[in-house]
Amino acid sequence: MGLSARQAEPSNIPAPQAQAAILPLEVRNVCFDAHGQRLIDDISFTLKAGPRTMILGPNGAGKSLLLRLCHGLLQPSAGTVRWHGTDADPARHQAMVFQHPVLLRRTVAANIAYALKLRNVARAKRPGIIENVLSRTGLARFTDKPARLLSGGEQQKLSLARAWATRPQVLFLDEPTASLDPAASHAVETIIQTMHDEGTRIIMTTHDLGMARRLADEVVFLNKGRLLEQSPADAFFNAPESGEATAFLKGELRW
Amino acid sequence: MTDISAAFVTALQLLVSFDANLLAIVGLSLKISLSAVAVAVLIGLPLGAGLALFKFPGRDGIVVFLNALMGLPPVVVGLVVYLFLSRSGPLGVFGLLFTPTAMIIAQAILVTPIIAALTRQVIADLWVEYAEQLRSLGASPVRAMPALLFDARFTLVTAVLAGFGRASAEVGAVMIVGGNIDHVTRVMTTAIALEVSKGDLALALGLGIVLISLSLAINAATYTVKLRAEAAWA
Repeated sequence: MGLSARQAEPSNIPAPQAQAAILPLEVRNVCFDAHGQRLIDDISFTLKAGPRTMILGPNGAGKSLLLRLCHGLLQPSAGTVRWHGTDADPARHQAMVFQHPVLLRRTVAANIAYALKLRNVARAKRPGIIENVLSRTGLARFTDKPARLLSGGEQQKLSLARAWATRPQVLFLDEPTASLDPAASHAVETIIQTMHDEGTRIIMTTHDLGMARRLADEVVFLNKGRLLEQSPADAFFNAPESGEATAFLKGELRW
Repeated sequence: MTDISAAFVTALQLLVSFDANLLAIVGLSLKISLSAVAVAVLIGLPLGAGLALFKFPGRDGIVVFLNALMGLPPVVVGLVVYLFLSRSGPLGVFGLLFTPTAMIIAQAILVTPIIAALTRQVIADLWVEYAEQLRSLGASPVRAMPALLFDARFTLVTAVLAGFGRASAEVGAVMIVGGNIDHVTRVMTTAIALEVSKGDLALALGLGIVLISLSLAINAATYTVKLRAEAAWA
């Protein structure tokens, strides 16, 4: 698909300024309730700059909720989510890619331009950034095509390109490959890897254990709204601490 | 039965002869209703979108009130506008009563709630789909509003057409504030009412057929454009 060849090109997207200056992220005693049920139960952890974090767990474990709480789309019912870095405006330096991309009913380029406009990127700078992220995600030939007419894989690549264009220090991804075929998954994985190499902090949920093994430096394991483990990936996959994680890796955890 | 067949003949004669009187009436009807719809769009779209996006105390009450206003009786609106615009009324100094402007004002009051209420529903539904993504990109509800209105453009066409239908079909309000003055404020609906009262049922029905055809043509044209645009943009 020519993606790897393109990656060799020098990027004119500046790397995130003062890499991950908004980190560390501290989640302390966070709970989240909805409809009288406790869906996230007293979770505490800290994410520092550097490694790629995979949030793993069975369906209903609270992975997506936790991601939204970290990103600020949801407010915790109790506890705090704090960015302890030096940057005063952490919201500006984060982006999120969802399982089902929500694209505006306009062209591929205009979708990215809209994100840049919201981040107050000068109008004159937008075309260069758009051209660059589209060529690096293999979408250059779709620049003027209506975004909603792209295939599922292309739409997800576009939502990654849109996130990339804003030069996030931290990128949250909520099961970005869950609805994609293997080829599209691979392309998305490659883009995530490149963003990581350029200094974006990756925090991601996935059901794809193969992808988790390839991408993870660190694993946060959840079950039934509770955090059971935060371990280096090698340790988690080879010798998980909890019985639940062992069962989960064998595909035997009931939910 | 003879009335009905005579009506079709009259309608056809009116249309093919390009009757100057008829053209003037049709032209004024279109001008007034389209202007009223334009005013209602300018007020109704942001009002509806605002009610969908902003939460504030009393919002539900306003939504119910707005929905109820969709059924405003045109004669009552006409009467209230008449009272405001009449010489002794608060806006009497402008001398607008019995002018096309007064008719536009009355119809805009009738149409605005329809466009606002339908817009609110459309934008509220779209916000459910877009909210997380737009908030993640950094859009506040104020900054999200233009994008939502733009993305809902094909659905909102239907709201605008509903408003146009209301404006072009009503007779009570324009009759009261316009006065049905020949060559000044006579529009299709008031002309029909006049011909009925004069007993020229064939002419009245003929005018009615012209009005319905016009409405059909506008809706068909808009629908075709909408279908093509939707297919092009998914």
